[in-house]
Amino acid sequence: MARSVTTQRKLTFTILGWAIGLLIFFPILWTFLTSFKTEGTAVATPPQFLFFDWTLENYHEVQNRSDYMKHVTNSVVISVGSTLIGLALAIPAAWAMAFSPTKRTKDVLMWMLSTKMMPPVGVLVPLYLIFRDWGLLDTRLGLVAVLTMINLPIIVWMLYTYFKEIPGEILEAARMDGASLMKEIVYVLTPMAVPGIASTMLLNIILAWNEAFWTLNLTAANAAPLTAFIASYSSPEGLFWAKLSAASTMAIAPILIMGWFSQKQLVRGLTFGAVK
Amino acid sequence: MLSRTLLLGAASVLAMSSFAHAETLTIATVNNGDMVRMQKLTDDFAKKNPDIKLEWVTLEENVLRQRVTTDIATKGGQYDVMTIGTYEVPIWAKQGWLLPLDGLGADYDKADLLPAIDAAVSVDGKLYASPFYGESAMVMYRTDLAEKAGVKISEKPTWDEIADAAKKMTDKSTETYGICLRGKAGWGENMALLTAMSNSFGGRWFDEKWQPQFDQPEWKKALTFYVDLMKEAGPPGASSNGFNENLALFQTGKCGIWIDATVAASFVTNPKDSKVADKVGYALFPTGGVENHGNWLWAWNLGIPAGTKKAEAAQKFVSWATDKAYTELVASKEGWANVPPGTRKSLYANPEYEKAAPFAKITLDAMNAANTTKPTVKPVPYTGGQFVAIPEFQGIGTAVGQQFSAALAGSMKVDQALQSAQALTTREMTKGGYIK
Repeated sequence: MARSVTTQRKLTFTILGWAIGLLIFFPILWTFLTSFKTEGTAVATPPQFLFFDWTLENYHEVQNRSDYMKHVTNSVVISVGSTLIGLALAIPAAWAMAFSPTKRTKDVLMWMLSTKMMPPVGVLVPLYLIFRDWGLLDTRLGLVAVLTMINLPIIVWMLYTYFKEIPGEILEAARMDGASLMKEIVYVLTPMAVPGIASTMLLNIILAWNEAFWTLNLTAANAAPLTAFIASYSSPEGLFWAKLSAASTMAIAPILIMGWFSQKQLVRGLTFGAVK
Repeated sequence: MLSRTLLLGAASVLAMSSFAHAETLTIATVNNGDMVRMQKLTDDFAKKNPDIKLEWVTLEENVLRQRVTTDIATKGGQYDVMTIGTYEVPIWAKQGWLLPLDGLGADYDKADLLPAIDAAVSVDGKLYASPFYGESAMVMYRTDLAEKAGVKISEKPTWDEIADAAKKMTDKSTETYGICLRGKAGWGENMALLTAMSNSFGGRWFDEKWQPQFDQPEWKKALTFYVDLMKEAGPPGASSNGFNENLALFQTGKCGIWIDATVAASFVTNPKDSKVADKVGYALFPTGGVENHGNWLWAWNLGIPAGTKKAEAAQKFVSWATDKAYTELVASKEGWANVPPGTRKSLYANPEYEKAAPFAKITLDAMNAANTTKPTVKPVPYTGGQFVAIPEFQGIGTAVGQQFSAALAGSMKVDQALQSAQALTTREMTKGGYIK
């Protein structure tokens, strides 16, 4: 009896899980399907799900109209670059706050977080002027710098919470064995925090990939990432749903595939703890 | 060794300087059909100007506006040519953000521009942007439904005539709605229609002292008329319909009458996308008791920001994209029905265009009827037809649009919507220093 209840329960949860999963995934699926329709069938009522004339026309059109590879390269450089620099700065900072806290550590953390509360448009003009004078407008370097600074508080916070879970005694033990500070961070702390660091990294790459305010406002032709590519296909008066869907599919494909492959890391990182 | 290095250096300097001759223009543009077509035709420009390279930044309207505004206000100099609307041209020209276009060449023929468009892109007689395509607003209706309902829509209809016809055409059992009008909130969405509509009822946004006029009878009449008509003869969920949604409704045969931008005519008559292509009739924008057809006028124009260092090359490009030869280039490649409409008199005198575009005459009449320098019956301190050409209007227009969209959805009464529109506009105008 008990056994059948468990099976039933399992079945219910499986079905429920799939239903919720499909519900959340549906918009992406719909975008994907629409990208293979003609403009006419894309807006047809009732909507056509699978049985329509599949066409690659939209992908051709999008390829002809914009330089997809240039935008992808920019997106990769900007998101990976800003995340790596951010991590290099944040690991020592989070280590210091997690293992040698002072009276003011909490305040410093809160202050860092508070910078995220300001609406970005509030600093657009000053930052734009600085970029103009330093020749950073429409350069990848400029965008990497901005996104590093913007995401730094989140990286520090995430790493801080992961590091907090690692018992300080383990580090003390390493110190007792004569490990230097550098060795302690590189050989003891980092391996233990790998899942945390990995998920922080992935999350930040995704955040930087999707960042659409600074990447749109500080670029023109050369450093424009995929956000600008997408923005050239949406329109308040737009009639091109199929083309927009094709462009969207192309823009999210790289990050979606990366997400699939690193799913395990992400989940492990989010439930990470030294004692678990 | 040293001499070889020097030689190499000298050679590379030489190579660099020969590169410097080829100038690169960065062009920021909206992504509508006509502009994308222009981008595809750039080979022609490259052939005529081998020393100028073009870089395109194509963006959605709102993103473009935000980005271009930041750049031009800070003299960032990222763009050499930008696409701007008739809303921006007078404001930006007065700020000194745009270069006057005085080097467009002998072939440009400024006198050929439609007078209403010319007035909208000129300040003190000087051209500050060159019109690429233009539009006004008009009535589009289904001739077959009108016949079935036994109604006739005259060439210059009144709002009462439209309401009567719309009610008779409505047949909710077959999902046929007499009238489709914009309801989605936004200064360029429902407020474009409602501002033009208020103009045609004798209303105005501000009096000569910049006092908002939503507490006046004209606005009340216009808004009540709009809400009542849409409730009786409009499609369900009209408060989220913009240009695009109404176009889809009309093309699939769900609307009897649609009042919107003239540019829509080429879409509803295109048999590839429209089920009703051969059943569309046209009339001027309706009037509501005063002689005013709404004065809707919009054009996308090419302007040159004051921050550019390549003004000469930029003018060459602007002239290529907006002179008469460009129209012929598009016609030869894509057919006459696809040329950018609404900017030049010569296009409407062309018999080939009239043959390809049955809506040509009414479009021209609608554009000629629009006067953006005197948009309302009563005197006003502003210019602009379906908008008010002041920098604050984007914000105010959208906020007011939200009130009116709520009135259409039924979550607010008309009086309430007008009251809060009056209050919020007064507050913003006081903050902006207009009301002393």
